[in-house]
Amino acid sequence: MNRITKLFQEKPNNVLNIYFTAGFPNLNDTTTVLEALQASGADIAEIGMPYSDPVADGETIQQSNQVALDNGMSLKVLFQQLEGIRAKVSIPIILMGYINPVVQFGIENFCKKCQEVGVDGLILPDLPMDEYYEEYKPIFDQYGLLNIFLITPQTTESRIRRIDEISDGFIYMVSSASVTGGTSGITDTMEAYFNRVNAMNLRNPRLIGFGIKDNATFTKASQYAAGAIIGSQFIRVLQNSSDNTLYNDIVEYVKSVKG
Amino acid sequence: MTTLQQNYSVDKKGYYGKFGGAYIPEMLYPNVEELQQNYLDIIYQPEFQAEYHALLKDYVGRPTPLFYANRLSEKYQTNVYLKREDLCHTGAHKVNNTIGQILLAKKLGKQKIVAETGAGQHGVATATVCALMGLECIVYMGEIDIKRQAPNVARMKMLGAEVRPATSGSKTLKDATNEAMRHWINNPVDTHYIIGSVVGPHPYPDMVARFQAIISEEIRWQLLEKTGTENPDYVIACVGGGSNAAGAFYHYLDDPSVQLIAAEAGGHGINSGMSAATTFLGKMGVLHGSKSILMQTEDGQVVEPHSISAGLDYPGIGPMHAHLWDSGRAKFFAITDEESLTAGFELSKLEGIIPAIESAHALAVLPYLKAAANETVVINLSGRGDKDLDTYMKYL
Repeated sequence: MNRITKLFQEKPNNVLNIYFTAGFPNLNDTTTVLEALQASGADIAEIGMPYSDPVADGETIQQSNQVALDNGMSLKVLFQQLEGIRAKVSIPIILMGYINPVVQFGIENFCKKCQEVGVDGLILPDLPMDEYYEEYKPIFDQYGLLNIFLITPQTTESRIRRIDEISDGFIYMVSSASVTGGTSGITDTMEAYFNRVNAMNLRNPRLIGFGIKDNATFTKASQYAAGAIIGSQFIRVLQNSSDNTLYNDIVEYVKSVKG
Repeated sequence: MTTLQQNYSVDKKGYYGKFGGAYIPEMLYPNVEELQQNYLDIIYQPEFQAEYHALLKDYVGRPTPLFYANRLSEKYQTNVYLKREDLCHTGAHKVNNTIGQILLAKKLGKQKIVAETGAGQHGVATATVCALMGLECIVYMGEIDIKRQAPNVARMKMLGAEVRPATSGSKTLKDATNEAMRHWINNPVDTHYIIGSVVGPHPYPDMVARFQAIISEEIRWQLLEKTGTENPDYVIACVGGGSNAAGAFYHYLDDPSVQLIAAEAGGHGINSGMSAATTFLGKMGVLHGSKSILMQTEDGQVVEPHSISAGLDYPGIGPMHAHLWDSGRAKFFAITDEESLTAGFELSKLEGIIPAIESAHALAVLPYLKAAANETVVINLSGRGDKDLDTYMKYL
């Protein structure tokens, strides 16, 4: 069974998904970060595939993308780093990134590599739903990859239902209309939106992302969904860490979020 | 405006052949979908058309002249007409589109406008119509472009716009576009994004092309008046994203007797590593919401282009142009920085018209064209060169 599906069956609440950019802060930190995430109790590791033009991302993740590219990160390098990772890391792994590098790598080849190294799901924010359904889904299915869609407070009910119907794993519930890296926390308007989506009785569990940064925001978000996603704040932790404290800093931060 | 029913127009899903589409994050979906559903209905309403055409006439100064360039024609032993978009209010064709889009934004109930700009021409044209309509205006411009196009920055500020520097990536048009898209993601409800070229997610390429189509609509009747035929043998335009070319080509797309010629920015030469000649150096890819031809590394990272002209300094082209290139309907030339400067000085001296460096790329095709003495060439003179005087003066 796909590790994401299994996770939500076994743990329907307080799921913590942590995003980090591959190749940041250093090219070869990928394995260390993954091991530290697992050791500290993160439930899902979401690896960002760096891109030169990440339009849905705020400054923090943009800069981490640029540093990673300058460090020499590429899909080829990432897949090399992930070879054999399943001997050490058993939590679900998701690759997140923009569609262009994936298209250049070749969709089929990309999916094949994902399966070989043990990737469970994909988040491709600029892949249109119709193109996904018509062209990509059969290939993703063949290689056992779940495609995770985003929804926002402006996504209509019928579109949410369509997303729920054609995707598996979980739905990425963006807390507010913004790029990543905002620090607004969870407001009353967001609560109304979370409640509205909860009342829809969807097949797929939801994780809340954007604006989650610490135990308070994680705990609060987890009241309205199966759990939450932390991205920019984790990048800041990596940024402020140093080579010899990276592992411990990650463990300490993730534990503080879980409380 | 007339509607195209033929092969080179956009299909229902927003594609030109295999190029186009709407590759956008979910945060932009409601806004883009709202446009997709409504743009044609709104812009073809009689009152919209009346207002749009009245502003083009009385505010922009249309129709712009189609000028027979006597001395240039003599030099190249053919018949050269210049479509004088440089005489539009604000100094370039960009205002044709911003007039259309600001009227559309008002119909959609938006109170704020965001735009990107390269050379500053689209930024100025946007700031201008925002002042005219009393809407708040924010323009993103690459930090490097802010330095090389200082007069346009001053104009935008004087017109009441806020100019925000794009400091990421190559700090030019591509990055200004990223920042404008991020701004729109953060302000989806009250803001309309006026894209300045035939790029972006569907329906932008088609919408911008329709607003710029006034250029070829006028060329047809003006040429008929002057020569007795609507069709020239060649239409030449420069292509960065490709809005002026889209407008100049639009009504000729389905008439193969008219050769369409696009001048891309070759920079220091296509093999120099300092170029923006997308069709020579790019391959299929996705940027700024559409699938097109894109300059990129083997790993799919967008490369930083180079051109002496800020308006052509873009690593992609609009999906319509990608299709024209792919299908062979249009012929593409890569014009170097040096060739464009030479052409700019030549036009200044022969005809008393100082062209924008962008437009000078189109003029620089003439020596390669070898048009016959009885043939007719229309060159779209998309903008005037005042903004480029600092650059020109270095070569005086």
